Amino acid sequence: MTAPARIHIQALTKYFGNRPVLDGIDLSIALHEVVCLIGASGSGKSTLLRCINGLEMWDRGTVRLDGVPIDDPGFGGGTLQKRIAIVFQSFNLFPTMTVRDNITLAPCKVHGKARAEAEKTAHHLLTRFGMAAFAARYPEQLSGGQQQRVAIARALATDPDVLLLDEVTAALDPELVGEVLSIIRDLKARGLTMVIVTHEMGFARDIADRVAFLEGGRILEEGAPDRMFLAPHNARTRRFLQRIIDAGRL
Amino acid sequence: MIRDATAPPRDRSGDWRTVLFPALISLVSIIAVFGALAWWVTSSPQWPRVQAQFFSLGDMRAAFPRVLEGFWVSMQVWLTALVCIGLWALVLAVVRALRAPLFAPLRLLVVIYIDIFRGVPVLLMVLLFGFGIPALNLPGLPNAALFWGGVAMVLTYAAYVAEIYRSGIDSVHEGQWAAAKSLGLTEWQTLRYSILPQALRNVLPALMNIVVALQKDVALLSVLGVRDAVREAQIYTATTFNYSSLLVAAGLFLLATIPMARLADWVARRDRVRRLQRTQ
Repeated sequence: MTAPARIHIQALTKYFGNRPVLDGIDLSIALHEVVCLIGASGSGKSTLLRCINGLEMWDRGTVRLDGVPIDDPGFGGGTLQKRIAIVFQSFNLFPTMTVRDNITLAPCKVHGKARAEAEKTAHHLLTRFGMAAFAARYPEQLSGGQQQRVAIARALATDPDVLLLDEVTAALDPELVGEVLSIIRDLKARGLTMVIVTHEMGFARDIADRVAFLEGGRILEEGAPDRMFLAPHNARTRRFLQRIIDAGRL
Repeated sequence: MIRDATAPPRDRSGDWRTVLFPALISLVSIIAVFGALAWWVTSSPQWPRVQAQFFSLGDMRAAFPRVLEGFWVSMQVWLTALVCIGLWALVLAVVRALRAPLFAPLRLLVVIYIDIFRGVPVLLMVLLFGFGIPALNLPGLPNAALFWGGVAMVLTYAAYVAEIYRSGIDSVHEGQWAAAKSLGLTEWQTLRYSILPQALRNVLPALMNIVVALQKDVALLSVLGVRDAVREAQIYTATTFNYSSLLVAAGLFLLATIPMARLADWVARRDRVRRLQRTQ
């Protein structure tokens, strides 16, 4: 018997104009599973991620969280976003708010949590990520790596069931990538279910339970990371990985 | 004299020659230019008559108390209008920024409103409102020309300011909307907590220019007979056939607008420094 699917995506199709960006995606993510989506730019992996927590609408198909379609009215009022959080490539922190206020905004204003309690959660998260000393700072005063750690803390502030990571290290200077990746490793160790879009192939191979290769809005191949990276079945997966290896990124 | 090549160059900032020479040259050229201008104007055969009619110190002194009183009226109108414009324009800009389809009719109304009020000269609006609406004798509303002229100013200026706000809202990165939506914030919460604070910060220099422009445009209300600085000066002119009172009004406006303009420059400079720091 397979583990119950936390997220179940079925025949997901989305068009930009008359060009399909998602072309019948089927994907299941089990509880505690970490799935990495790889593929060239424009393959649809970021769009797929943004559909999973309702940032983008799609044209056909369904996305289910624990068996319930995410466009169900029961997921309104921020309930869906509380359970499926996302972290962006460009951090997207609110620049006019302190680090602490960035993290407590949604818990207080969307979910009606008491301020003191939200601040306690924020403090715990910041401490875990080595950012406790920066709670009163503004995002612009932080390095890219520090901002991304705050963005991850903000996403985790509502204790979500699933975390989506959209190329979270792509905008960082190389020496800052490590501090963000180590946090993601820590989250996996704690059993958080994650869907990760990344260009860091070494990291994907290391952290993923399963890797899916996307091209032209379809999943061409998926499997265990070692099998995917060492012996891909699909010729196009092989070509993609060869290009990555040639570029010295694996 | 040969000096050590590695020694830093001598600090010349305290040297009196580097400070004094440019200042001296500017001073001489200013005196030369303005002196020539003054000589040219005062050598005209009509100058004594103009001097008596526009630069009579005695008339200035006589007109001053009334003009000053009128000037306070101008400044009160300015401050009141400023607050009303700031708020009303914010309402317009927010309605225009809301993206939900539900607000489509309201958005359309705002677009029409802005087109109309930006497209008609503000003087015409002041005349239409100031003379037209009191004639209606609307029950429950004041009939004073000052009130309706002020309303015309507010409605017109708000159309411009709403567009400034909108450019500020548009200048906020799309990622902020995405982040707010991904946290479950409503559209209004997104505007309130994320978009508007950034938008207002971005358009503050542009808003300061409007503040200065309005400060002198309130003089338009004088066409309705409102006894502001300009009107009081005109009344003096009408009774004495001396125009010095107009210069008194001009002087009072300058006293108010020049500091505001300097403040606007300072705000703009600070904003530029902030942006430069951010891109580093």
